[in-house]
Amino acid sequence: MNLSVKINEDSNLKVLEVSGEIDAYTAPELKESLMPLIKEGGNQVEVDLEDVQYMDSTGLGVFVSALKASKESGSHFTLRNVQGRVYRIFEITGLSEIIDIKAAIRGGNE
Amino acid sequence: MKETIEKNTIKYQELLRKYINTQDEKALYDLELISKAFIKKNILPEELINLHIQAMENIYPQLMNEYKISMEFLLEATVFYGLALQEVDYLRQEKNVLTAEISVAANMQKTLLGTQKPERNGVDIGVISVPAHQMNGDYHHFTVGSNGTIGIAIADVIGKGIPAALCMSMIKYAIDSYPEATMSPNKVLENLNRVVERNIDSSMFITMCYAHYLPKESKLKLSSAGHEPGYIYRAETGEFEEISTKGIVLGVMPDAEYREYELDIDKDDLIIFLTDGVSECRDGDRFIETEELLEVIRKYIDLPAQELVDNVYQYFEKLQDFQLRDDFTLIVLRKEV
Repeated sequence: MNLSVKINEDSNLKVLEVSGEIDAYTAPELKESLMPLIKEGGNQVEVDLEDVQYMDSTGLGVFVSALKASKESGSHFTLRNVQGRVYRIFEITGLSEIIDIKAAIRGGNE
Repeated sequence: MKETIEKNTIKYQELLRKYINTQDEKALYDLELISKAFIKKNILPEELINLHIQAMENIYPQLMNEYKISMEFLLEATVFYGLALQEVDYLRQEKNVLTAEISVAANMQKTLLGTQKPERNGVDIGVISVPAHQMNGDYHHFTVGSNGTIGIAIADVIGKGIPAALCMSMIKYAIDSYPEATMSPNKVLENLNRVVERNIDSSMFITMCYAHYLPKESKLKLSSAGHEPGYIYRAETGEFEEISTKGIVLGVMPDAEYREYELDIDKDDLIIFLTDGVSECRDGDRFIETEELLEVIRKYIDLPAQELVDNVYQYFEKLQDFQLRDDFTLIVLRKEV
């Protein structure tokens, strides 16, 4: 299964639309798109995970890196439309407490 | 090699003649045997073309000159395929060397991270840990304190394979340096978190559950660092109870604090710990849900602990499109008295 990442840039709000599965094989691609935006500093980055039904811990690793980098660069990033199964692993790992996450609306695309 | 070519020169010519005259499929079958013999001896494709050129010249001595030149042209084109094939062969050898090295490392890991399942009266413990690849990124460890307290650590490093395995050695040696029996589970995790946070790459982290089973008090004390929740099977009601815990994974927040949970354990209750390899198993495109896992455990609930975990794994392994995407570890502990 592949992953596609589309970047919509609108002044300092950058939206990454991710679709596919995030695992050990596809996570590097996500990382490559996400990290430069975070490191640039002063950016608002939103990652839209509406079309991601599967993510493993390697995917979490990308967001943990992003979180650490954002603290250094002063960027801010948000995850939105996080689907049930994916949201669950943010919850279990306690990362939902420290990453700005908006779950998908219940009964929506779950 | 030369022998194989010579042996097949006449044969090839005869097959070709036969096929040109009759288009009999039997000739194609025999041709396949020649190809296979060539491949087996690592004979390059241009040798086969050469054979073809010779055969054609013998069968049709009056061949058009243009045809002959065209065959030389083709021969040149195949040379590069030959080179590529040689490279494949080289890569195959190199892969064998690497596989052998990894298997040495995997064995070493087994020795380094080895742990003995405690055999104590009154508790029955079962454990199974299966790596998705050669090296295991899951880790579990048992200790027995002087007061009879059984310490259970179960952990999962993000990712799998060699980096995960290396990281686990660090955890193991950090834990070994603690006076474990006296150190409460939350303090163990808080200490480990500092070690991990300082020593691993920013994209890595570890989930871990650390528990003490106190046989005299019939209590389970535990803390969790973002680990997959465990369960308790309550013998009295026949229900599974999720052990809901909170706590951030190790290696992300330098000053993380962990809460300690305490649970009462009754006779015949079964404590279940697992890693997300268990809950992320797939059967084809379908995920195996935790509910299904618990039902499978229920199916074998009357078996001794080790047989129980072995049977659970075998159950999933037998599913038709089962694939182990991640390392799989399942630990159960039953209070017998």
